[in-house]
Amino acid sequence: MMRPRAFGRPFAEEILLPVKTGFVALALMVALLLNLLPLSGWVLLLRPDFIALVLLFWGLEHPRKVGFLPAFLLGVAMDVAQGSLLGQHALAYSALMFAAIAIHRRVPLFGVREQVLHILGILLVAQVVVLGVRLATGSEFPGWWYFLPSATGAILWPFARHALTAPLRPRSERKEI
Amino acid sequence: MEYSPPPFFRRGPGLGTRLIFFSLLSLALLFADARFGFLENLRRGVGVILYPLQSLVDLPGDIAMYAADFFVTQTTLRSENENLQRDNFLSSIRLQEYAALAAENAHLRQLLDLQPRVDRPSLVAEILYAARDPFIKRIVLDKGSTHGVQAGAPVVDSQGLVGQVRRVFPWVSEVTLVTDREQAIPVQLVRNGLRAMVFGLGYDGALELRFMPVNADIETGDVLVTSGIDGIYPAGLPVATVASVERVAAYPFARVTCVPAAGVDRHRQVMMLSPGEAFPDRPPPDNVQQRPRRPRRGG
Repeated sequence: MMRPRAFGRPFAEEILLPVKTGFVALALMVALLLNLLPLSGWVLLLRPDFIALVLLFWGLEHPRKVGFLPAFLLGVAMDVAQGSLLGQHALAYSALMFAAIAIHRRVPLFGVREQVLHILGILLVAQVVVLGVRLATGSEFPGWWYFLPSATGAILWPFARHALTAPLRPRSERKEI
Repeated sequence: MEYSPPPFFRRGPGLGTRLIFFSLLSLALLFADARFGFLENLRRGVGVILYPLQSLVDLPGDIAMYAADFFVTQTTLRSENENLQRDNFLSSIRLQEYAALAAENAHLRQLLDLQPRVDRPSLVAEILYAARDPFIKRIVLDKGSTHGVQAGAPVVDSQGLVGQVRRVFPWVSEVTLVTDREQAIPVQLVRNGLRAMVFGLGYDGALELRFMPVNADIETGDVLVTSGIDGIYPAGLPVATVASVERVAAYPFARVTCVPAAGVDRHRQVMMLSPGEAFPDRPPPDNVQQRPRRPRRGG
């Protein structure tokens, strides 16, 4: 029996196992660790916001399970880790969560390529929120390269989605037949 | 009786309500942090929680560095050793001169009835990582309040001033680099003793000397050192070298760009000095209505 190729297919065709809270927490923790990686130079310029990506996944996939609270708390954690003004990432991730939950019924109807465009838009919204807060507190516009992480994040979306849905996919139980 | 949905359909408050609630919470945090700064305890608490995660993430890099140290070749070690010996020889000669000069200086100060200079206690720290925010120039060091670090302490490396401690956590501390946009340092030209203020520009490798009149005696190549009149930085630390001077008659001030002396991206170790002795209180302003100014953080 051939298993359907999940990669590149919309969510709606898949039937996934119920998600456990522990797995959600683990995924968010891994994203936080990835965001804390001590990078520098051009890698840092390209590094996507992994927390935003994973939050986006859970917001689209399980809007009942993962809501605003983890987004807010992770935002505060990011602000402390970056040494920036407290609350700007919390605000950005709250806006991101809102956008994700608002369109969580629509996005699964699209294929992966069209999903990437949705993701890009939402990631840009989150970055614009942070930029707005920075500009309001007296920083200067850093240049258009500032938005590069959104582009890399959107490009990574198919892979992130695949990695996060893989543990939820039911295994074929051929032996029992 | 009021209608209420069965528990099966209960979904909690609406999406918009939740967004507004969390946005207001974030905005409250932003205002409290930006205007009043009494969230430092919260920040410290979250910092303590994040510390083990940070060290876990830093572990692979540390292991790689340790392995690289372990497999270093003999030729590299020998050439490094030779370099160090030569540096040590030169430094020891300098040090002998320094001892004589210090004695002479102390004597002269005594003659002139000036206050003696104090030696500040110092602490060597290692750079953990640079801040991930493209807006701010900061580094994080591996010494914190448990090691006796105080906020406001100047940070130097072997070539000059690196920055100033901005926030202190229990095990790490955050340093604002001299290139940060919010950083201003009182300096003095070595050549003629002219006092000035040097400001960060927000990007690597450049500082700006502001408010210098067009006819000020500044030349390319002039060395700037801390003047020490702020009571934070000890006098005489190299800060920057003047890279270019643009004098346009249309503007009241000359445009002076400098290159920082310290190499933050080249070293892993830096030294933290203790913040300076408290100066005597300023004399009260006589019959001038002056509003109390809010002290700038990190300034």
